[in-house]
Amino acid sequence: MEIVERLLSLATTSIFIENILLANFLGMCSFLAVSKRVDTAMGLGIAVVFVLGITGPVNWLINEFLLAPGALQWALGDEAKNIDLSFLRFICFIAVIAALVQLVEMIIEKISPSLYNALGIFLPLIAVNCAILGGSLFIVEREYDFAEATVFSVSSGVGWWLAIIAMAAIREKLTYSHLPKGLEGLGITMITTGLMAMGFMCFAGINLKDEGGDEGGDKAALVETTADGRLAEATQ
Amino acid sequence: MWKLWESILQLAHKEKSPFGLPPNRALMDATDTFLRKPAIVTKRKPHVRDATDLKRFMFTVVVALLPCYVWSVYNTGRAAYASIGIADPTLVQVMLEGAAYIVPLLVITYAIGGAWEGLFAQLRGHEVSEGFLVTGALLPLIVPATLPWWQLAIGISFGVVIGKEVFGGVGMNILNPALTARAFLFFAYPAQISGDVWVAKPYVKDAAGALVPYWQSTIPADTINSFIAQGGQALDGYTGATALAVAAQEGPGGLEKLDSLYSVAEMFWGLIPGSAGETSVACILFGALVLVLTGVGSWRTMVSVFAGGFAMAGVFYLAKDSGAAIPMWGLEPHKHLLLGGFAFGAVFMATDPVSSPFHKTSKLIYGFLIGALCIIIRTVNPAYPEGMMLAILFMNVFAPLIDHYVVQAAIKRRAAHAR
Repeated sequence: MEIVERLLSLATTSIFIENILLANFLGMCSFLAVSKRVDTAMGLGIAVVFVLGITGPVNWLINEFLLAPGALQWALGDEAKNIDLSFLRFICFIAVIAALVQLVEMIIEKISPSLYNALGIFLPLIAVNCAILGGSLFIVEREYDFAEATVFSVSSGVGWWLAIIAMAAIREKLTYSHLPKGLEGLGITMITTGLMAMGFMCFAGINLKDEGGDEGGDKAALVETTADGRLAEATQ
Repeated sequence: MWKLWESILQLAHKEKSPFGLPPNRALMDATDTFLRKPAIVTKRKPHVRDATDLKRFMFTVVVALLPCYVWSVYNTGRAAYASIGIADPTLVQVMLEGAAYIVPLLVITYAIGGAWEGLFAQLRGHEVSEGFLVTGALLPLIVPATLPWWQLAIGISFGVVIGKEVFGGVGMNILNPALTARAFLFFAYPAQISGDVWVAKPYVKDAAGALVPYWQSTIPADTINSFIAQGGQALDGYTGATALAVAAQEGPGGLEKLDSLYSVAEMFWGLIPGSAGETSVACILFGALVLVLTGVGSWRTMVSVFAGGFAMAGVFYLAKDSGAAIPMWGLEPHKHLLLGGFAFGAVFMATDPVSSPFHKTSKLIYGFLIGALCIIIRTVNPAYPEGMMLAILFMNVFAPLIDHYVVQAAIKRRAAHAR
């Protein structure tokens, strides 16, 4: 029961509170490029959920059983205690991601050729989507266990998907706007992203990990830090 | 008189304007249509004969806000007198004192917001729109009356320029400009805009012990510390937490403290500290009546916001004895709706026709989610005792998406029907 509660709060945290796109600003490139239409954004969003949801746990396994310091002990016995392959982390993670993206690409091409064409170059580019690598690295850094890693990567993907379809709907609406010349396209999208991040800040500060405890104690400090960090990014 | 005006107007519409000034027809037209009716009328069918154009539409909101303004002047004046310990000022004194706070705020938002609006209208060649009348009227009501003026000026600039003008002006903005301005101020200057809202003007006690307004005392600004050292006493100012902050921050005893401080009637009529316009639910309901009767505000949004808030607060209230509960869950649903910016947001902010969704069904969904989300933020998020502003901004972001899917669902339904 307790573990379910913990996983649920982790899911909520990573969808809303620490939304990988709007709080960590990862995966911006495809977010900005493929958010012109809701249908396309929907497709890419689901692809990202899928890729992230699989790479997260797979990379967790690779890290836990191959790369982490002393991880090879299960195969090589005690003498492997000092082997530290974590310098291979990036390249292994990227390889897994790239392989999976190839898989997704083939599946999408088979199932929905129109979506395949609409996504175009951005589908293979999921491989270098920083949200996905970032997700895998967060898992290592925050020392999640396997269940947590799975939940974290799926819900990060869902958060990304939510943000991109909201953005796509906004941009469909913006098509009819009389924008200033210099802001058409990416410019206004950046500003909108900043404003969206401001909207998502309603969740900033919710701390689901420890219940009760001190409420409002370091409230001012918290608001200040989040405000400084995020708004600085948002207004750039 | 009108003839003179006509000729000035025609001069402005000429390609080459007199005196070598750049053509400024946007501003001239704005003045013209504000004073009279628009010169351009629809020539072809279909006609809708109606006195309501965009100007009247926007102006209705300003009229609906009037009771809130009167109340905000009274309540601010009352709080100002209470803060210096004068118990029974006359009504005139109260109103004058309150006006000294509220009127400058309104003047600033109108002057600066109007200047930006005029500048963009001029440069981009669109008409000056009356949207800024609403934005400028809303913003002073949702900030603390003691907000420094320069912050208000920055806030309204951000709201009008980034929140609205860069999206192409009125009717194109994604987020409500007044709320954008407030959110900007909230995150940029959290000290002045949240928590204890009432900080009185610096009154000081002179050596004889009498209260003197700081600016009337003879003490130069930089010597206030030496003045204190000489035996004068600077008052901290009277700070009072907003009712919601009392409930949220005092821990287990917060709710009892809230009950002991304010009765439900006081919450309804608005005799509580808070941002200038948000306190009196009675005045807000009058505004709601005006908006609904004139068809300017959507009753669907208003009703569903209240429904969502009430339902969510009810859920938390019922679960208040469970293990995970924090004291704030025990705040009764009706008090949730009366306190803070909930009613004001529901009536004047959520109903913004531009940033809310367009379809009837989506308005219901949108409103319900705003109400529910606001209560969730209030009860679950310890960082913010108030959630209305951020709940509305959050749902503003999703409004186009809700519209999109409501339309898609309608298309599917019709298609299935046709088959």
